[in-house]
Amino acid sequence: MQRTVAVVGTDAVAEAMRQINPDVVPAYPITPQTAIVETFSEMVADGKVESLLINVESEHSAMSAGIGAAAAGGRVMTATSSQGLALMWEMLYIASGLRLPIVLANVNRSLSAPINIHCDHSDSMGARDSGWIQLFSENGQEAYDNTLQAVRIAEHPEVKLPVMVLLDGFIISHSVDRMDFLEDEKAKKFVGEYVPENPLLDAKNPVTWGAFDGLYGHYFEFKRAQQQGMLNAPAVIKMVGEEYGKISGRPYGFFEEYQMEDAEFAVVALGSAAGTIREAVDNARCADMKVGMIKLRMYRPFPAAELVQALSRVKAVGIFDRSDTFAGAMGGPVFVEIRSAFYESAVKPLMSNYIYGLGGRDLSFGLIEKAFSELDDAARTGVVKEKVNYLGLREGEVE
Amino acid sequence: MAVKLKDLTKNKEWLTGGHRMCAGCGAPTAVRQILLAAPQDTNLVVCNPTGCMEVSTTIYPYTSWRASYIHSAFENAAATICGVETAYNALKKRGKIEDDYHFVAFGGDGGTYDIGFQALSGALERGHRMLYVCYNNEAYMNTGIQRSGATPYGAWSTTSPFGSESIGKAQNRKDLTAIVAAHNIPYAAQASIHNWRDVAQKAQKAFAVQGPSFINIMAPCHRGWRYPMERTVELAKLAFETCIWPLYEVEEGGWKLTAKPRQKKPVEEFLKTQGRFRHLFTPENEGQIQVIQDFVDREWETLLKRCGEA
Repeated sequence: MQRTVAVVGTDAVAEAMRQINPDVVPAYPITPQTAIVETFSEMVADGKVESLLINVESEHSAMSAGIGAAAAGGRVMTATSSQGLALMWEMLYIASGLRLPIVLANVNRSLSAPINIHCDHSDSMGARDSGWIQLFSENGQEAYDNTLQAVRIAEHPEVKLPVMVLLDGFIISHSVDRMDFLEDEKAKKFVGEYVPENPLLDAKNPVTWGAFDGLYGHYFEFKRAQQQGMLNAPAVIKMVGEEYGKISGRPYGFFEEYQMEDAEFAVVALGSAAGTIREAVDNARCADMKVGMIKLRMYRPFPAAELVQALSRVKAVGIFDRSDTFAGAMGGPVFVEIRSAFYESAVKPLMSNYIYGLGGRDLSFGLIEKAFSELDDAARTGVVKEKVNYLGLREGEVE
Repeated sequence: MAVKLKDLTKNKEWLTGGHRMCAGCGAPTAVRQILLAAPQDTNLVVCNPTGCMEVSTTIYPYTSWRASYIHSAFENAAATICGVETAYNALKKRGKIEDDYHFVAFGGDGGTYDIGFQALSGALERGHRMLYVCYNNEAYMNTGIQRSGATPYGAWSTTSPFGSESIGKAQNRKDLTAIVAAHNIPYAAQASIHNWRDVAQKAQKAFAVQGPSFINIMAPCHRGWRYPMERTVELAKLAFETCIWPLYEVEEGGWKLTAKPRQKKPVEEFLKTQGRFRHLFTPENEGQIQVIQDFVDREWETLLKRCGEA
């Protein structure tokens, strides 16, 4: 029997970490991630895990110590948010380049300036090209489920890449939600034992990690091999998601399709917004609006072909982005990538971008309905009035 | 602990020959002197930050290290090695490994005094069982002789050139060994490659402690200091004889000089051997050598007081 509980999102991640019982957890506090590490520290203090904590002096050192510990042969997990992830940036690339299966929970928070502690996806989107797999969570349950699966995905021999589990700051991290936890034994069995490859701590086989590539090096080949791990990842993520479904009743894929069968227009969203949008879809359906939603879970690798297939059936798509690219009029990152995915496609739905929720700005039903109404118009008339929209912005304050 | 050269030469060489460090470089000498004094019944994990030693000893697909080795970035050798040490403790606790290990990081002065200082301070405060060695050549040599926090006042470097408006580096070096000692770690020392016996004794002590230990070892760079390559050891010795680089240790809070020059030579003897100080001997810079002498005298007096010799 799974345990049904009502806990906050940070405790859901900490509970998954307890069941995974990693060897080393180097971490540094930052709002709103702090509660994960605090709860986990209590688990260490009470002997509920065998893990060793390193209370590092910065996130840069958190990832550096994580890299050392993982290369040594340990299973490593950490957690951060916002500026912390930004400070890790250099080391994120080294973790993936060294093919170390570190798992990191990032509690999504905006990036300074201006300083703001609330949710948006600027932090994780800044790391989208760092070679990490990125799994977004809609709620605490998914944050827990994704954390357990992340270990399996990262350590899979065909992948060998670090995985970032993303959960929205405060909206998920600090909200109490009902969720089910696996039995400890089932979780442990699912995660399995970690068998490191070429660990530093093998006295009979000393190894050199992080060698210099020299002047006529192999850098290009290493990077292409790293891409292969990313190319292999979808099959593994699918396999792990299905296996997880069998033991939990909650199967996972690349994205969730909601009311897409007969939808005439659709929206795409990541993270907690999907919960609100799902409700808005239900309401709109009552008013005979044929809207559907795609909730994107796997952002890296990007499921381009599958998204194209799923969205080709609709006339108009609204892409919800909780961050901006600052590339001028290109729109947010999800928008840019979905548009790019459609380049070869003969059938192209109309597309518009809704940038919303920066710095924790609330996404109300009213705003979603506004977007639905505009998309409905586009689907009927074949014309997109505004390509990039800032949803919920106080226009009068922008100079 | 009496150290005999005859005994040391029987010990395992963890850094093999054939690496690509410059002929006449003081750094590999420092590494070999320290690692020859490592316990013989143990395994090693060595860590470098990005720098001369890293790029010259690990040119893929080759490695000069007989120990396990890791490099990840520039500012994080102390954080990286403490991750390795913690994984060792975790795996040992779970019965997954049996072998014994020691953990050593070798960083240059740039990677230690400057960019790696925060990670070093954090690792010292947390008390990881590791030896951190700063092979100090008083500038960023790998990137082409730029000034660091270890570069002495008046020295030319490519980012502190002398000119009509510049004396060379305008600031004194920081006293990193004292700063490290202020972390109240079990063992911190200052050493120099010209005195192998002193280095070996310090390394033995450093390896023996249960927490962090630190050795700041003078390892001259002829490319950066501008002197003929065969004079490396001689210049390290001159730094000691002029009291520019005193040899001492701080063991459980107790400061002790481990060697004392028979006669303290004027700093000029050291400065005149190197191109990086050449401009100090021109008429327009008259008086600057005295400025350096005064600084060295002041630091030396402070040290003598700390060691109870004043």
